[in-house]
Amino acid sequence: MDRLPVRKTYKLWIGGAFVRSESGRSDTVGVFNIPRGSRKDVRDAVAAARRAAEPWAKRTAYNRGQILYRAAEALESRRAQLIAVLTDAGSDSSQAEAEVDAAVDVLLHYAGWTDKLQGVLGAINPVAAPFLSFSLPEPTGVVGVVAPDAPALLGLVAEVSPALAAGNTVVAILSESRPLAGLDLAEVLGVSDIPGGVVNLLSGRRGELVPALGAHRDLNAIVDASGEPALGTELDKLAAETIKRTSHHAAASSYELAVEDSLERLAAVTELKTAWHPVGA
Amino acid sequence: MSRQLAHVDRVGVEERAAALGARSIKTTAKQQGIRLAVSMLDLTTLEGADTAGKVRQLCAKAVCPAPAMPEIPSVAAICVYPALVTVAREALAGSGVKTASVATGFPAGQVSLEAKLRDTEDAVAAGADEIDMVISREAFLAGDDLRVMREVSRIKDACGDAHLKVILETAELGSYDHVRHASMLAMEAGADFIKTSTGKAASGATPGVCLVMLEAIRDYLDRSGRIVGFKAAGGVSTSKAALHRLVMVKETLGDDWLTPERFRIGASSVLNDLLMQYAKTESGRYGRSEDFSRE
Repeated sequence: MDRLPVRKTYKLWIGGAFVRSESGRSDTVGVFNIPRGSRKDVRDAVAAARRAAEPWAKRTAYNRGQILYRAAEALESRRAQLIAVLTDAGSDSSQAEAEVDAAVDVLLHYAGWTDKLQGVLGAINPVAAPFLSFSLPEPTGVVGVVAPDAPALLGLVAEVSPALAAGNTVVAILSESRPLAGLDLAEVLGVSDIPGGVVNLLSGRRGELVPALGAHRDLNAIVDASGEPALGTELDKLAAETIKRTSHHAAASSYELAVEDSLERLAAVTELKTAWHPVGA
Repeated sequence: MSRQLAHVDRVGVEERAAALGARSIKTTAKQQGIRLAVSMLDLTTLEGADTAGKVRQLCAKAVCPAPAMPEIPSVAAICVYPALVTVAREALAGSGVKTASVATGFPAGQVSLEAKLRDTEDAVAAGADEIDMVISREAFLAGDDLRVMREVSRIKDACGDAHLKVILETAELGSYDHVRHASMLAMEAGADFIKTSTGKAASGATPGVCLVMLEAIRDYLDRSGRIVGFKAAGGVSTSKAALHRLVMVKETLGDDWLTPERFRIGASSVLNDLLMQYAKTESGRYGRSEDFSRE
């Protein structure tokens, strides 16, 4: 007997919950329904990320590393499914395999950075005065990510992982043309140990969501890997209103490219706090 | 008065309350609504850790909630514990913002009537314009309606010229029937306002409770001709919730009730959300809480 086709309806991932777009709109990608996020979804996601920011930053670096490592394990266990998604979207199978493997490895790589960041970015500063002066890295806060179209999965993971490793929470706008890998990533991370709201993933029209994200006053930094110069310029202007930190990257197309400038990626979403403590003369 | 009042239709009340919440309020109507809601706020601080300094800061914010947006009005009142009434009154002198004080062994009310009267007299003597009392839930739940009414009417006498708001603490009453009944008792006994909650219970001014109390006020007005105000307190923490309460008041009691003399919202955190949403209507940008002072 023929079975009726069971078509999946993907959801946005906001505050740890899988939700339809507040606007009720959806699009179709292949045989799948995907939500078309709205500006209010962006607002809700930023609010959820803000609520999650302090508890996430307060966790020990060791614990954040454990959680990210566990997320990499979860991603590895869904390897076959993600390869199939990427193949359906037009990658050939060896490309797709390499991309999923690289995504897992990148996540693992940044999981290892959590408890090394302070040692590398922090310092005891040599000052010519009777002070102990030291600098400590602190997370920037809520980081917006604009994911590239290709590679859809690796490009997203390469931008989200450093922000998480540095103790930030993330609101990411998925690729408009190839959102499925990102929506599947949400389902993978949703069953890992990542607390609700630490990562929020939205699908929809870039032209609608990205300006709303860039203009949101409660966002602290934006990492743009869209590769669209006009969008980047608009983001820079919007970000200037509340002095958000912005960085623009080319999409990371391999493991090597995603990790070769790890420290810059981490530093782009880290603040340095310097304290001067008087010492006896 | 016996407990043989008509039952409240729980499903009907909740559906109507929810339907009124679905109304879309945008642009200039939203701005007007937000300004109105701010002018009806009882900005409240009722913590063990309240100090004179904190109350003074809150008073400054009550008088001028957003210096960058001068069209935002002052709030209606500051609500504090009796011991801080003097401080609030000094800080608010000449501003038109009223000083409200909780009294009668707030929030549990589990003290003797003498202690409640003394508490009230102290607050009035310190200069409170409004007194927020709690009813004896203990007496109400035991069925002793007479004691509930007698207490309210004795406290009303002790208030003198001060306005009396009677807190029902609806979360502890158990059902809409009880909420309606307690509303009637409070109004019969002389309440100037009836108020949902202390803000210390598990839930507060839920839409259903607000509607039941507003309808009780309407029915009491029809019967007795006396006007009683309503204060929604507890759980009104977003602009959306505040505007929803305004819609309910307008639809149940009419435009006459859309004034701080007859309707109040008791809250603390909602003010910043109202300001943030107002700024959003001006700038088109979603805001952040750090744009506004916490107190």
